[in-house]
Amino acid sequence: MPLPTYLLHLGDDALVLGHRNSEWCGHGPVLEQDIALTNIALDLIGQARLFYQYAATVLGDGVTEDSLAYLRDVYEYRNCLLVEQPNGDWAHTTLRQFFFSAYQYELYKAMKTSTDEQLSAIGTRSLKEVTYHLRWSGEWVVRLGDGTEESRARLLKALETLWMYTGELFRPAPYEEVLVEAGVAVAVDSLEGSWMEHVRRVLGQAGLTVPLAPAFQAGGKTGAHSEHLGYVLAEMQFMQRAYPGSTW
Amino acid sequence: MSDTATIKTLSDPRHVMELLENIPDPEVPVLSILDLGIVRDVRVYPASEQGAFPGVTVMITPTYNGCPAVDVIRMNIRMTLIAAGYTPVDVRTALSPAWSTEWMSEAAREKLEAFGIAPPNSVPSVCSLDLFQQDESVRCPHCGSYHTEMVSRFGSTACKALYKCKDCQEPFDYFKSH
Repeated sequence: MPLPTYLLHLGDDALVLGHRNSEWCGHGPVLEQDIALTNIALDLIGQARLFYQYAATVLGDGVTEDSLAYLRDVYEYRNCLLVEQPNGDWAHTTLRQFFFSAYQYELYKAMKTSTDEQLSAIGTRSLKEVTYHLRWSGEWVVRLGDGTEESRARLLKALETLWMYTGELFRPAPYEEVLVEAGVAVAVDSLEGSWMEHVRRVLGQAGLTVPLAPAFQAGGKTGAHSEHLGYVLAEMQFMQRAYPGSTW
Repeated sequence: MSDTATIKTLSDPRHVMELLENIPDPEVPVLSILDLGIVRDVRVYPASEQGAFPGVTVMITPTYNGCPAVDVIRMNIRMTLIAAGYTPVDVRTALSPAWSTEWMSEAAREKLEAFGIAPPNSVPSVCSLDLFQQDESVRCPHCGSYHTEMVSRFGSTACKALYKCKDCQEPFDYFKSH
């Protein structure tokens, strides 16, 4: 069933990055930036909930947003590899957010015109939030790249580590291709041009250039994940696995 | 609700509105959910259609996707209406059109300012993608000065930004204009 799988892919992307960002809670470099990153985490988890709730109504059979988040195993997750990468340092986290927000910005802008009313509504609502995320993360990329010798070195290292995961964002999975024809899903390959233009401009302001290395890593969108996702799920799903069905 | 005294019957939607007016936003308790403008529609079904009690459907639009207050608000609407004698109570969520601070009542803006939160500027301005752009001019709710600066675009809740007044030196929350 392509539609629920597509919805899970969209929800998983948002949930996993939301969870990664929430790992910074209480550890941010200064209070305001700690709050900013956890605000972004909250927005992303809110977006994930909308996709999961929609998927749950399509799937029926007692499936809920909670069972989708807490009771699926690694190979059933459909998020891209970029969002599950470990946080690393502040440069690593903000650059990962910048790459992903720049992608989500184009994604939701295109989703506004989806023939699926629910997706169109989610895209419209989420685009406003992502605009804040993209500006915030872009400012950090410039600040670090154009900052001290150390901040620049850290950003360069993050760029080298993360770049290889950016290509997957624009490679449609089979479930997307089917839905693109129906006008439901966004054709992600058509977003790459404007994404690249934005990334090139901000990296340029930071005194950096777009890497020449190929962005070849892929697989998360079809369930082949890096070893990191298992650790994320082990922590996130612990309560429901240890005490099935427990509620607040 | 000027003629509240005359509203006696449960099947009058105005009675439901009167009850909703007393449900506060858990994050900004000076505002009711009607002040916020998140209640989009109220439908009352007569007792004969669905059973012994009149049923009601309330349509709400969340302010922000991740706003944790929405679940509490949904529960409070259910509890208030059930306690008042409505069954079943169905609280539905409409995502479209997306909520905007333009839906906030004029009274709400005044209540916010009196509470020490700068109300949203009347022209909605979602931030643009320009980095390090000049921020909106926001009036200090304590001294009225426009000589203020933004400390952080993200505040104690998803809907607020953190500001500081350069005249009276007080920090304050700004309800972002969307």
